[in-house]
Amino acid sequence: MKTQLKTEVNIGSLSLKNPIMPASGAFGLEMEKAIDFNQLGALVPKSITKLSQPGNVKPRVCETIAGMINSIGIQSKGLDHYLEVSVPAFARYNVPLIASVSAESVEEFVEMSSILGNHPNIDALELNISCPNLKGDGKAFGMDPYITEDLISKSKRVANVPVIAKLTPNVTSIQEIAIAAERGGADGLTVANTLLAMAIDVETRKPLIGNVMGGLSGPAIKPIIVRMIYQVAKVCSIPIIGCGGVMSGKDALEMIIAGAKAVQIGTASFINPTAITDIITEIHTYMDAHQINNINDLVGSVEI
Amino acid sequence: MKSYQAVVLLNRQVSKRYWHMIIDTTKLNSPVDPGQFFHIRCSDNQSPFLRRPLSVYKVNDNTIEFLYLVKGLGTKEMSFIEENETIDIMGPLGEGFHLESTARTILLVARGVGVATLAALAQAAYFQGTHCVVILSARTNEDLLAADFLKGFGADVYSVTEEEGTSAVENVKGLIVNEIFEKFKIDNIYTCGSKRLSRLAQEVAETYDIPGEIALEEHMGCAMGACFACVSDIKEEGIVKSVRVCIEGPVFPLRKVLL
Ligand SMILES: Cc1cc2nc3c(=O)[nH]c(=O)nc-3n(C[C@H](O)[C@H](O)[C@H](O)COP(=O)(O)OP(=O)(O)OC[C@H]3O[C@@H](n4cnc5c(N)ncnc54)[C@H](O)[C@@H]3O)c2cc1C
Ligand SMILES: Cc1cc2nc3c(=O)[nH]c(=O)nc-3n(C[C@H](O)[C@H](O)[C@H](O)COP(=O)(O)O)c2cc1C
Ligand code: FES
Repeated sequence: MKTQLKTEVNIGSLSLKNPIMPASGAFGLEMEKAIDFNQLGALVPKSITKLSQPGNVKPRVCETIAGMINSIGIQSKGLDHYLEVSVPAFARYNVPLIASVSAESVEEFVEMSSILGNHPNIDALELNISCPNLKGDGKAFGMDPYITEDLISKSKRVANVPVIAKLTPNVTSIQEIAIAAERGGADGLTVANTLLAMAIDVETRKPLIGNVMGGLSGPAIKPIIVRMIYQVAKVCSIPIIGCGGVMSGKDALEMIIAGAKAVQIGTASFINPTAITDIITEIHTYMDAHQINNINDLVGSVEI
Repeated sequence: MKSYQAVVLLNRQVSKRYWHMIIDTTKLNSPVDPGQFFHIRCSDNQSPFLRRPLSVYKVNDNTIEFLYLVKGLGTKEMSFIEENETIDIMGPLGEGFHLESTARTILLVARGVGVATLAALAQAAYFQGTHCVVILSARTNEDLLAADFLKGFGADVYSVTEEEGTSAVENVKGLIVNEIFEKFKIDNIYTCGSKRLSRLAQEVAETYDIPGEIALEEHMGCAMGACFACVSDIKEEGIVKSVRVCIEGPVFPLRKVLL
């Protein structure tokens, strides 16, 4: 591996030493035993809600072909616990901490953004405006461009760190929402969250997920996400963080070439606990083999 | 917590629905406690996609053994693995059983493949000189697993089955209270494998003030404590608390679980 390889990327004023980070909800402190957090581009813990909440009924996960459906709901110990316990624990690492925020109203998003976005140990916010489990029938804030723009611009005004909007793929036109988020002042866009999905056991005729519907993740969704990154990159000029179905370095590079500046890894860690750090190594190997000295040269380099 | 490839030394069908696997763990470099589990990739393909949790059945110097029920796609795929092939395992994971060094006689109550989890405890008990009394419950006589294995470790084994009409909860209760308690002074109770029997074990443990433990099963995503798929409720000092079976369990104090 050559030492002069430049893997540093920027999301607004946030600088990451490499473009690979975990996806919210698929990463926790417990994984210290599996990987060296200091190697990661950023740390992204599970979405945090203002008050503690229990999460959804069981079973909360089921398997599909090349993927899984989850309806964890945001099981959370609430903001106070997050600030007292989680943030200091993540702050021990010399890696930017991106706090993923989930809320029940625009006002609550703004309130949390002002608290978390002014905390000395939090380096960026990712607003989870896309969780499909939050509201009836999987509706989310990020399905409406007006709410998206309003929510982002208000949060942006009170937060002192870059604000990233995590978009939902469950819309007719993700470009429309992406443009609204950019107009609202977002510093970056995570493309995207899980796809609303359902699976049924034909023997019992019962849904495999207690909550009936849930979010599909894993390799099954990757081609859809790559398409969305490509579409969003064409209409927006803020950095995109690709997320959905990345299992290998090659998958991550595919997203970067489609237009993503950084890439999040979720479900892959369930299959291979060292997936995130393995992917970083694979990217180095690729850059070396293809004589790419700066990862930024690859961003959006798809040849049509 | 890294995963690694272990060589499969044996993978054999032991009854109509159950299989026995032995894997080489020379590279494991970590002690394995009874009640702990491994998260296993059942095939190299993307289907089945998720890993499957299996507890250790027997722990030896350089090998560990699993006893598994072929239930669905994952365990079916596992049964196709041939000897000398490798299997990707992650573990040992979770909190195992606690076995007090002062315990003289313990009671294990197992239903079906739940015995796979308790057998490792019987083995550990034998090595520290603790006597085991085991109740094995199953649908059929053919499904009564590990009876010889347990007897080999000096256990007194009582079998009950649907086939013989002896496995009803009331019957098992009679067996514990009228027969086993008459004969032995039980220091601890351990259970795994069925809600109905676990409830009975919990009731008996409370009535007779015997400390006990239970190994729980929940569907898992990560098995590392990160995803909150495997949660279960337990009661601590009157307060219901959500715990993750993969990391805070799978073994919990019997009196704390809400069954
Ligand atoms: C800590 C722990 C230890 C276990 N130890 C053993 C053991 O020693 N021997 C043994 O035979 N079985 C054991 N089980 C149960 C075993 O994990 C399931 O039977 C197995 O995952 C079924 O997979 P499948 O693909 O064959 O079945 P499918 O029904 O096709 O599985 C589909 C999904 O449901 C999940 N699932 C199905 N049944 C269970 C269950 N009972 N518990 C949790 N998840 C389930 C699977 O993991 C998978 O994600 C254990 C479970 C846990 C949680
Ligand atoms: C078990 C589980 C829990 C999740 N919880 C959250 C969450 O709390 N907040 C969030 O923004 N996304 C959550 N996600 C979505 C992931 O961050 C990610 O967007 C999605 O899984 C797609 O990426 P992947 O295919 O790499 O997993 C969750 C995903 C899974 C599988
Ligand atoms: S399986 Fe993910 S937290 Fe237990």
